[in-house]
Amino acid sequence: MRETRYSQTAMAIHWLVALGIIAAIAMGVYMVALPMSPARLKLFNWHKWLGVSILGLSVVRLVWRLTHRPPADLPMPIWQLRAAHVAHWVMYLLFFAVPLSGWAYSSAAGFPVVVFGMLPLPDLVPPAAPLAVVLKALHVTLAFSLGAVVALHVVAVIKHQLVDRDGILSRMNPWPIRNIEV
Amino acid sequence: MKSLVRMACCASALLAFLPSHAQKLEPAQSEISFTFKQMGVPVEGRFATFAGQFSFDPKKPEAGKVVLTIDTGSVRFGSPDTQGEAVKAEWFNVAKFPQATLESTTIVAAGAGKYDLTGKLSLKGAVREVRVPVTLARLGAITVATGGLTLKRLEFKIGDGDWSDTSMVANEVQVKFKLALSGMAAP
Repeated sequence: MRETRYSQTAMAIHWLVALGIIAAIAMGVYMVALPMSPARLKLFNWHKWLGVSILGLSVVRLVWRLTHRPPADLPMPIWQLRAAHVAHWVMYLLFFAVPLSGWAYSSAAGFPVVVFGMLPLPDLVPPAAPLAVVLKALHVTLAFSLGAVVALHVVAVIKHQLVDRDGILSRMNPWPIRNIEV
Repeated sequence: MKSLVRMACCASALLAFLPSHAQKLEPAQSEISFTFKQMGVPVEGRFATFAGQFSFDPKKPEAGKVVLTIDTGSVRFGSPDTQGEAVKAEWFNVAKFPQATLESTTIVAAGAGKYDLTGKLSLKGAVREVRVPVTLARLGAITVATGGLTLKRLEFKIGDGDWSDTSMVANEVQVKFKLALSGMAAP
């Protein structure tokens, strides 16, 4: 029978990216409300570094996903399988679109991204204030969309785990409890 | 009274015959900009409004005199947030110090088309002696003076209080200028 659990590598990247996305969204929401201060500036830079890290991990993740067969789906109604697959691919799209739109926004705002204060990234677009306004709106919209799809993803897992009791969580759990895996 | 008028006439006639070394700044072709680092990120700003009195003869640099006045409130950044911050008391404190001035004390030749200007920079209530290498290039009727210098912002309390942390905003600020002057004698 085909494996129903993801590989250790896939799990490691999944949880790293999950933590990264939650932290980046929380930081983003918090930092924009701060008045101009060194703390605000620090958070903006950390947010950018985190975003670039998520982008890098997503490249590795996409390559891994395209070169490795994912585990077999659990038995469930076809519409749920379809919805889950669509949600997964939308998330993959947003793993790239959210950090790239943020990077472009930073470029347009006249702040080149310098990862960890050391590695300067090229500007994706030239500095231009009107473009910065558009890219900011795009970045925020895409980030909240990612947050919404992640929330849907989590709700679906909770429903399968607690209502359907199909042991879905063990697919992505590096330390599964044997008896619920059956 | 009549003699006074005559004297004034004579004096002005005399002045017109004397070689004049005063130059006029062409603001549209001039720029004063600066760059500093914010957590490793280069940030650029410029001043939109500045004026100056220039009296310089390339043949007699020692006799030259330069006074440059910059309106601190004309500071411009790409980001409106940065611009809004820069005029505040912690930064340029535009309300209290609306102008910065550079007044030359000595100008000496330093090779073909190159000069070393030493002067007093008054910025945000602090006065420091600065040395500025200047290169002159002639483009038709215009002489373009270019150069730059590195300032330490904390010597002028630019970015005071919480902002004095140089790991956040570097102390060094690279200033660059390009001043287009008309009416300068040929070297």
